[in-house]
Amino acid sequence: MALAPAPARPDRPLLADVLRSEWTKLRSVRSTYWTLLAAAAATIGLGAILCSVYASHYSHLSLQDRARFNAASFSLSGIMLAQLAIGVLGVLVMTSEYSTGMIRATFAATPQRRLVLGAKAAVFAGVTVVIGVASCFAAFFAGQAILSGHHLQTTIGAPGVLRAVVGGGLYLAVLGLLSLGLGTLIRHTAGAIAAVFGLILVLPGIVGALPSSWANAIGPYLPSTAGQAVFHVGFRFHELAPWPGFGVFCAYAAAALLGAALVLSRRDA
Amino acid sequence: MIEARGLTKRYGSTLAVDGLTFDVVPGRVTGFLGPNGAGKSTTLRLVMGLDSPTAGTVTVNGRPYAEHRRPFHEVGALLEAKAVHGGRSAYNHLLCLAQASGIPEARVGEVLERVGLTDVARRRAGSFSLGMSQRLGIAAALLGDPGILLFDEPVNGLDPEGIMWIRNLMRSLAGEGRTVFVSSHLMSEMALTADHLIVIGRGRLIADTSVADFLKASSQGYVRVRSPQAPRLVPALEAEGATVGSEPDGALAVRGLDAAAVGELAAAAGVVLHELAPQHASLEEAFMELTREDVDYRGGALATAGGEG
Repeated sequence: MALAPAPARPDRPLLADVLRSEWTKLRSVRSTYWTLLAAAAATIGLGAILCSVYASHYSHLSLQDRARFNAASFSLSGIMLAQLAIGVLGVLVMTSEYSTGMIRATFAATPQRRLVLGAKAAVFAGVTVVIGVASCFAAFFAGQAILSGHHLQTTIGAPGVLRAVVGGGLYLAVLGLLSLGLGTLIRHTAGAIAAVFGLILVLPGIVGALPSSWANAIGPYLPSTAGQAVFHVGFRFHELAPWPGFGVFCAYAAAALLGAALVLSRRDA
Repeated sequence: MIEARGLTKRYGSTLAVDGLTFDVVPGRVTGFLGPNGAGKSTTLRLVMGLDSPTAGTVTVNGRPYAEHRRPFHEVGALLEAKAVHGGRSAYNHLLCLAQASGIPEARVGEVLERVGLTDVARRRAGSFSLGMSQRLGIAAALLGDPGILLFDEPVNGLDPEGIMWIRNLMRSLAGEGRTVFVSSHLMSEMALTADHLIVIGRGRLIADTSVADFLKASSQGYVRVRSPQAPRLVPALEAEGATVGSEPDGALAVRGLDAAAVGELAAAAGVVLHELAPQHASLEEAFMELTREDVDYRGGALATAGGEG
């Protein structure tokens, strides 16, 4: 019945402890594995499918389609699907704590709530960068292998290609952070997922419906359009240059996380 | 030591906690008693820094909870048993809380052993019964070996064995010199575990007293007497200033004299007694009487209803 006394509280920085705790949380629920698996499968699988479709139909394609074709970008197009899985996971990292009530245990253990948010962001970003970059490399090489049968492939050393492959992984990680920020602000899983999807999928469509002078002015600065420039290769109209675009995207994520940090310490848990 | 001073919490137009001032001191079990909706859970959330007070302060060991670093070394709490991620194993649930508090992993096994969950440690917490969830919540509260323990309605929904286990646990924790603060809407439960009572109704403090004094203050005690010679006894009792009523079964209900005095009077009068029994108002009745004005939701089954929302 008796319980030995617990060791005294350690002297090390609190952040180190909270990071370890958040890592344990992330790796100890199945949804993490399923969503990350889905993201990797989507990145690699969809890229491979699109590459084989283009490769097998290339000789029948219109000049316009051929001009649009870019071996690097097409092998990375699975990111468009993978971002949904990463967005869901980013939301869940926070909202699953609210929906289960776990958040109260979390904040009881660590009343420094912003530190908790920071640790969640760091751990989640670390995991998604690794999975995202690895998946993009796999998708790129798989895609090039398929395209090489028709001599359409490019190489990792070609201009902008390495940047696009690494950038694809970074895009997924930053999208995850944006989702985490929105999840913290909204706290409800369904609402936050709707917000993320609305922002990255629906908003560009709405802006596209505006008169073209407006659409062309606003469009490049939308979060998804700005962020996706980093894994596109070759010039596109009405799109920011890769790194400036990615910078804009990062600013959106930073704003969401900052807003989340502000309300987190004021709200009742 | 928990100190609340003018603690107030308003949600919209509802005043959930209204100017509570009390101390919870070490070495005894302090019961936190009130009808459902009285503000007990809100008060505990304020103590834990999960909600912030509209006015007033509450400190644990001299500081607001949120100003503690790794507070699990000082305060452990069972707020809601089911507040765990259902997909996480019991072991990993405790592990992530231990890590956040800088507590070594070996401690997780120890607290699981103490609450008797070692065999199911790798099972998903979502598959646990309410009793097992309560034990898991208590294991989390014990992780940091804290001097202060808070339990919100710990026996709700437990079977008799589980209730006994929690009672003994709370008594032994207080016996080790810890501060134990346990909320309940069941007076009878508090009578068995608490030494001291803080009673609230509709967010306001009603009583802050020992269990014995609480009973005495609201007691309507009397002495139950049965005698074949009642007609001779009654005048003798009334001559001594007692008021004598009758019980449904014909026994006498004597108020104003204690059992010893009734017995001596009977002996002096040569009256045979078949029964002489002091009767205390039950704790439940005393509680009901005190909180009658402060019940939010009047209904038939007030004191036996379920947990707080």
